[in-house]
Amino acid sequence: MNDFILAAPLVAMSFLSVICIVVDALSPKPGKIPFMFAGFSLLGALLLTIPTFWYHGTAFQNMITVGGYSAFFDVLFLIGGLLTLFAGRPYIAREHFDHDEFYSLIMFSVAGMMVIGHSNNLLISFIGIEIMSVSFYVLSGYLRKSIRSIESALKYFLLGSFATGFLVFGIALLYGATGTLEFPAMHAAVVADKLNFPNLLTVGIALVLIGLSFKAAAFPFHQWAPDVYEGAPTVVTAFMSTAGKAASLSALIPVIAAVVPQTNWKVGMVLAVISAATMLVGNISAVVQSNIKRMLAYSSVAHAGYLMMGFVANNPNGMTGVLFYSAAYLFMQIGAFVIVSLIEKENDGNLQLADYAGLSKRNPVLAALMALFMFSLAGIPPMAGFFGKYYLFIAAVEAGYTWLTIVAVISSMISVYFYIGLVVTMYFKDSTDTTEQDSKPGLAGVTLAISCAFVIILGLFPQLIEKLAHSFFM
Amino acid sequence: MNLQSVPIEWYLSLSAVLFTIGVIGVVTRRNAIIIFMSIELMLNAVNLTFVSFAQFLGDSAGQMFVFFVMAVAAAEAAVGLAIVLALFRNKQTVYVDQVNVMKW
Repeated sequence: MNDFILAAPLVAMSFLSVICIVVDALSPKPGKIPFMFAGFSLLGALLLTIPTFWYHGTAFQNMITVGGYSAFFDVLFLIGGLLTLFAGRPYIAREHFDHDEFYSLIMFSVAGMMVIGHSNNLLISFIGIEIMSVSFYVLSGYLRKSIRSIESALKYFLLGSFATGFLVFGIALLYGATGTLEFPAMHAAVVADKLNFPNLLTVGIALVLIGLSFKAAAFPFHQWAPDVYEGAPTVVTAFMSTAGKAASLSALIPVIAAVVPQTNWKVGMVLAVISAATMLVGNISAVVQSNIKRMLAYSSVAHAGYLMMGFVANNPNGMTGVLFYSAAYLFMQIGAFVIVSLIEKENDGNLQLADYAGLSKRNPVLAALMALFMFSLAGIPPMAGFFGKYYLFIAAVEAGYTWLTIVAVISSMISVYFYIGLVVTMYFKDSTDTTEQDSKPGLAGVTLAISCAFVIILGLFPQLIEKLAHSFFM
Repeated sequence: MNLQSVPIEWYLSLSAVLFTIGVIGVVTRRNAIIIFMSIELMLNAVNLTFVSFAQFLGDSAGQMFVFFVMAVAAAEAAVGLAIVLALFRNKQTVYVDQVNVMKW
């Protein structure tokens, strides 16, 4: 029974998301009741995470970890789910597709992400990744009358399940090499060098890394990301590219801690090369885009590269940086995508960068918020994005990867070009069409207010989260 | 005939070969259904690996994993075929090289 209390947020989300489908099916009118149910479930689970914050340990026969960074990721994913829910309701109503499955699918993906964050066993990681991915396949093809949405779902599904094949084959080889699926036992086997097939361990780590870089859209497995993020419904893209990416990378935390002994850190060099290539490719490709969703998609590829710097460093500071940057990135990217979803017109209209000309006159509040999120994404102080990058860069230098930090700084400077370019377009170019009306934000305003508040708070008081995150990895 | 009469390397080689055939299928074929079949072949190669390791190690965790892989494959099949169906309704094709609205 104690286990159920410790794992309360995870258990509650899993059960409530299943019940949500039933609520969808039984509710007479579409919309209101399932939306309220999903919202209150996410809020309730958020409250249940509070007591687990001060507990460090495992539950259910060492299958899941409780407390520590798992609790942190729980909070992050639940808030991400809530923000998506608020922004999603007006969006799907405008696209005339307000079927209620949307809310239960969001809840399922949040439950899957929480499972990933809690995993203490490769089986749990695998199940979590699949719950999340399968929900995302459906969500990206949610507007099933739109060829773009279906195309993105097809690409995501085929490449995602291809990646699952690699991931699960890697897990099988790790299992064969170490004789266990549990992370602590695996770590003990690797440290004591009691391996059945030492070569299979290397191949297994490589395959797991391939599978997870696919899911997190890291170079050279990022090609699906722009197409999928462009075609999927904008609020779904906001959720996939932030919480989904953070969840895929959070699966790496226990894997790396288990299979790679700190003394023998060859994997670090491989990760460093992947990380450097990811941010350069992402930022350089984003420069030439004319579609804003595609530009943000490439920039999200680059942000996966920044996040991987923390794993390269593989010290407490690096992991702290990963946690802090995941949080900062979640708020600023969701905010930016939600503004895109408000400016967007039906049937993929108004998505070009040129459509943002004169936004500051047409809609000064949205323009100001967009500028805020862009400054944060570019890493300009005092926004949250600046401190996230700062912690990651410091950690990489401490670990002796100065060249990686130099590459990261250069690619950040490249990224300033297109982030600030959008701000310039909004403020200093005149709109060709003055008759356009943007849709009313409605509930999406809540999302924007929360994201904006967090981007500023995390930027002004970064030590709040930094201290907390640091205590998880001591 | 028990596992001891056949060395584990044979099982691993067979599953590696099956996995490679699956990967080649995904990379070379253009029909979404056949790509999906190749992915299933990859997952089944993984299942074979798990079962042979479980027998070799005398540990049941690998056998358990196979059930989960099967369940996940079934869930993916349901979602995947639904996506292919939705694609066919929109575009009257299941060939992935004809699905190219978005390009950079």
